[in-house]
Amino acid sequence: MEFLAMGGYARYVWSAFGISFAVLIAMLWLTRRQFNLTKQTLLRRIRGKEGTQI
Amino acid sequence: MWDWFYKLASPPHFYRIAANLEPWVLWAAVILLLAGTYGGLVLAPPDYLQGDGFRIIYVHVPSAFLSMFAYVTMAVASAIGLIWRMKVAYSVAAASAPIGAAFTFLALVTGAIWGQPMWGTWWEWDPRLTSELILLFLFLGYIFLRQALRDTRQADRSSSILAIVGIINVPIIHYSVEWWTSIHQGPSLIKMDTPSITGDMLWPLLIMIVAYQLLFFAILLTGIRSELLQREKSSRWVNDLLTTGVIGEGAQ
Repeated sequence: MEFLAMGGYARYVWSAFGISFAVLIAMLWLTRRQFNLTKQTLLRRIRGKEGTQI
Repeated sequence: MWDWFYKLASPPHFYRIAANLEPWVLWAAVILLLAGTYGGLVLAPPDYLQGDGFRIIYVHVPSAFLSMFAYVTMAVASAIGLIWRMKVAYSVAAASAPIGAAFTFLALVTGAIWGQPMWGTWWEWDPRLTSELILLFLFLGYIFLRQALRDTRQADRSSSILAIVGIINVPIIHYSVEWWTSIHQGPSLIKMDTPSITGDMLWPLLIMIVAYQLLFFAILLTGIRSELLQREKSSRWVNDLLTTGVIGEGAQ
């Protein structure tokens, strides 16, 4: 409990750490999502081209 | 001697290295992040002036450091891209920008959260704070400029010039607390003297900086791979990779 209280600075310390981790995780997740979306879009493009050739 | 440099300039070669490296860098970052957070929140003693409030340093300083590091990465990669017309370098620059913007945002927000109890204000138009805000605008300007220019070659050239010109802001951020009277405290780490911070407070901070750095590289590698796929979408190696899952050995 004393640890959580952070000597009266609880709001500041925990919000700073919370926001930091939230943004870092979001950044990681968004970049990976973008990567997967790019792969999917390009794969569809390749499939589409093959389709028109036949 | 320059062989490795030319090899790195080949998109499929770079892509393969990035894909192999990425999980290792990410896991190292996660482990160090947990160790540094534990060290900073639990093991480090409270500050004699700021009590436990000083612990914000463990998330504030790494973001601030990485915001500048990401900018330098973006500007140097842009310069290499302009000089050698290198797709890989442009990809590094373009992938650095959103991560750099996120770190800059975090540096500003954690700084505000720290400023409120210590200075009695969330924000002050102070040289250090203002130049860091300009850094955020530089990152955002770079991102919007790229999005506005549909033609990739034109986007690469224009955004690179913006990135290179904007680097003047990086030394201004670093030296702002020495050149002008500032509300912000002076440097504790990077200066011509021994660090003015005790060992048991210092080591968690160094671990956090390394962890943030590795996390930056891990995210950067994913971003670069997206960029490379997009730029090389009509090439043989991207076709092979997406349809078979592997890049042909001979791909250059």
